Parts: sequence; C-alpha cells; structure tokens
Amino acid sequence: MTQLRSDLAIIAQSVRDGSRILDVGCGDGQLMAALRDQKNVDARGLELDARDVATAVARGLSVVQGDADTDLADYPDGSFDYAILSQTLQTTRRPDLVLDHLLRIGTHAFVSFPNFAQWRIRFAHMFGGQMPVTKQLPYRWYDTPNIHHVTIDDFRAFLKDRNVIVEGQWFLSGDKPRKDGMANLLAEHAVFLLRRK
Amino acid sequence: MDGDNRFGLDRKIRLLGPVRLDSGAEFAPVDFAYETYGTLNADKSNAVLICHALTGDQYVASKHPVTGKDGWWTRMVGPGQPIDPGRHCIISINVMGSCMGSSGPASIDPSTGGAYGMEFPVITISDMVRAQAILLEYLGIETLSAVVGGSMGGMQALAWASLFPDRVRSAVVIASTARHSAQNIAFHEVGRQAIMADLRWNNGAYYGREAPASGLAVARMAAHITYLSEAGLTEKFGRRLQDRADGSKGAKSFGFDADFQVESYLRYQGLSFVDRFDANSYLYITRAMDYFDLAEAHDGVLAKAFTGTKARFCLISFDSDWLYPTAESRRVVHALNAAGAAASFVELSSPFGHDSFLLDAPEMNRIVDGFLKAGEGR
Repeated sequence: MTQLRSDLAIIAQSVRDGSRILDVGCGDGQLMAALRDQKNVDARGLELDARDVATAVARGLSVVQGDADTDLADYPDGSFDYAILSQTLQTTRRPDLVLDHLLRIGTHAFVSFPNFAQWRIRFAHMFGGQMPVTKQLPYRWYDTPNIHHVTIDDFRAFLKDRNVIVEGQWFLSGDKPRKDGMANLLAEHAVFLLRRK
Repeated sequence: MDGDNRFGLDRKIRLLGPVRLDSGAEFAPVDFAYETYGTLNADKSNAVLICHALTGDQYVASKHPVTGKDGWWTRMVGPGQPIDPGRHCIISINVMGSCMGSSGPASIDPSTGGAYGMEFPVITISDMVRAQAILLEYLGIETLSAVVGGSMGGMQALAWASLFPDRVRSAVVIASTARHSAQNIAFHEVGRQAIMADLRWNNGAYYGREAPASGLAVARMAAHITYLSEAGLTEKFGRRLQDRADGSKGAKSFGFDADFQVESYLRYQGLSFVDRFDANSYLYITRAMDYFDLAEAHDGVLAKAFTGTKARFCLISFDSDWLYPTAESRRVVHALNAAGAAASFVELSSPFGHDSFLLDAPEMNRIVDGFLKAGEGR
C-alpha cells in the first residue's frame, strides 16, 4: 500500500468505518482503495481524466468519468455519509455551486485545498512580482489547473456567509500537521470537515 | 460436468417455454442454439453470459460454421483474456429472432411444418432476455456472475439487470444505450425498407426460394456505415479509386461501377453478409432494438428501471461512436447513480466508431478485467 498524501491521510483517519463516501475528483482512486481496504467503506468516485478512471475501475473501484461542475446534480440528496473534494475545489469553474452540491449529497463534506495566502506565496508576489511556482503549486500562470485561488480566511468567510458548520479543520505545512494559529499565513494546505446547518 | 451434454460447443436444445412476450403473446416451444466454454464451479457462481449484437451469434470464441472465421470476440473471451474459460463458465446464446439455430422467422413452426416467416411474433430485447433465462434454468444456473455485451448485447445486459435484479451480480455494457433514438430507428427503417422493397422478399415468404439478397445487402451497407466513423473511413479509403478486375490501376469509369474503394468495400460487406444472415431475422431484430426503451415501463424514469438492483455496472463508450454516443451511456450512469447502484463509466478514445468494441482495445480489456475480478472477490 503506497503512503497516502497527507491531506488524504487525515480524511482517511476521520471517516467512520462502513460509511458511504463519494470522492469527487478521485484521481486513480488511491483514497477510495485505502478506505475500502481499511475501513470497509462503500466508495464511489467521480473523475474527469479518462486514464485515471480506467486505472481506478481496473482496481475494482466504482468510478464514473465526469465533471464536478456539471455532473454532481445527478446524485440524490443525502445519498452519502461523506462527500469528499480533495485538492479539486480550486480547479472547478464554480466552487460555490460545487460546495452546495457536496453538502446536499453528503451528510458531511471533506474539502481540502492549497492555501494561496501561505507566506511563501505572499513573498513571491511581494518581492518577485510574479505568480509563484512552488513545490506545492508547481504550475505556471498559463498552465495551472487552479483557476480559483482561495485562502484559508477566504474559505472561512465563505462558510460563515453560508451558515455551514465546521466540524473539524486540519492544517499542513509540507506533509506535517500544524496548529490553527496563523494558519492562513503559515499553512500550505487545509482540510475542512463540514456539515449543513 | 464432463459428460453433461448440456455444456460444450455448438449445443442445440428445444425447451417447452413458453416465453411470455411483451406483445402479450406466448411463444413455445423455444429452440436454443448456444455454446459454453469453461466449467461451472461447484457453487455455480462463475457463470458469465455473453450477449451478442444485431448480426452476431453464439460463436463468440469458436469458429463460425458458415464463414469459417474465428469467433467474433476472441479479444475479450478466451484463455488469458478478461473473460477466461479457465475461471469462468461462459455461455453465449443465439438470440431469439436470429437465424443461427435459435427460434426465429426462418425456423420451422411445428404447428404447420413450414417456416414461421412473418407469423413469427414481433419480439423485444426483454423477450430475448426472458428466453435466455429459460435456457439458463435448463442449465441449472440461477445467478450470473456477470452479463456482458456490446451494442445490442449491452441492451440485453441492461435488461437482464432490470428484469432479474437478484440474478445478476455484475453487468458490463459497452458501446450501448438504454433506448433507441430517432436517428437509430431511422437508419433501421432504411434497412427494413431496402429488404421489403426487394421483390424476392415476398412478404417474408421466400424460404425454399430465392432470398431477398439485394435488399438485405443494401440494408447491411447502410448499417455498416453507422458502425464506422468518418475519420476511420477517411483513413482507410479516403477518395482512393479501386483497381480494376483486370489488375489495371483504378480510374473513374464515368459509369456506376464501384470506382471508389469505399464503394467496393461496402458492396463486399453487403454481399458477404447475405451468405450468413436471414433477411426476416434482420427485420425482427432491428424492430426489437427500435422498441427498446428501458425507461418506458417505468413511467419514463430510467432510474426506476434499476430500483433495488444488486448488480454492479461497468459502462464503456467510445468517443468516435456516433451510433450510441457517450451521452447515451452517461444517461444510464446518471440513472444508476440516482438508483444508488454501483456504477463505473469511462469513455475511451478510438478512431474506429461503434465497432471499436470488437477491435483491439487494451484499455477496454484492462477495465473489464479489473471490474470482473473485483466482483468475483466479493
């Protein structure tokens, strides 16, 4: 079993045994496979990339090729215990609508994203005057899939506006967990566990 | 199973039936021509039903008795392939209405001693599936580990999961649809009209006489175009001219010979088809496909067709297939999601149109292999 990416490991630890999950943007199904094997989870996935879907299906997972922006509407309300969106929010055309769907489809929703207010990125802006290219965000401005840059504070404000309940939050620097304090400045990644009011 | 003559190559059996048809009629007795590969295991949990397409047959992985060609899906079915006689008991049945030994319009009506012809009842995809269920009962197979099919075979796989939700564990549906579109029906109607316009068709009563071969050939030619893609045709033939019969280089004849290679190819497809297929069967099976709309019996809500199904589904479409385009597979996937069924779906890239599923497609094989193995592990 390959090591899970650290945000996925946090999600994997927090998902209840035997629950039903929908992994939106599941890639080749790494998280789904781990949850199925370790927590007896009934996992379904949605993924845009045909090659990743093929790999996931070939490892026995139920994955549908589709687009988070258009295809989440087809899932009934409350059909999953958890809807998971890892490192995908910032690539969607309408993150707000995608999030609405997640909270509609899942009793809980996990959302993880890279924090665009982390100090290295701020630094690159302030002193370099160019869009930063970092280890976490290795893309250049013209080829990045990240079309909606969001910070931890942006996301918190967004949740507050929408009356979404935060059941848990985790922050990462590199692969290491870090405390809440100054997360918006110091954390590279954030993971939120959410619920509708 | 050794010595059990229900299993093996080229089996034929007449069963009492009856098949209760969607039209309200009953059909009996029912002839079945089928093949099995591999051995049914002790708990009868390894049966895989392969459903064939419009002009396919039971010779999935063995030599065709008329054409002498290899089975039509040896790329998918055979030793070391995703559907493997070393691990599965594979069953393939000539569909009802066809002409390779199962009951169809060319079969002898025991009540008259003559061919059924147009007295054969109009059947549906669901009727074909109900007939298959009768044969499986005879074989002692209650539950299918998987039902697998492309094109019309995929329609049968969907109908199996819908009609017998407790008897199908996995369904593989390739290059298929849950309903025939207006365009699908339109192309079929062209084919049927070509057959019926052939004077030799004689209202279907041509057995023992000359068959409506030119009508059937034209029907096949029109249909064959829908199985290919424009890019595929361009790559294969372009505007290239056909060499003459005397060996001289192709040139425009300023007449109506097959000047273009694509014309010559289509004429060959039409002519070779009539040697192995019955024109009336073509009418009946295209009719069954046109009538296919899985949602119809469920107030038009496709998801209801899958309510309570325990089957897991794998759908595959091809990007160049304009006969049953990806959107139709997606429609099925959406319904499966709404019904809470376990569904996988992927659109594969291939230049060869609808026929891609019959050709070399390693990605398709990889997906089907993984999907089936995961189901067997449950």
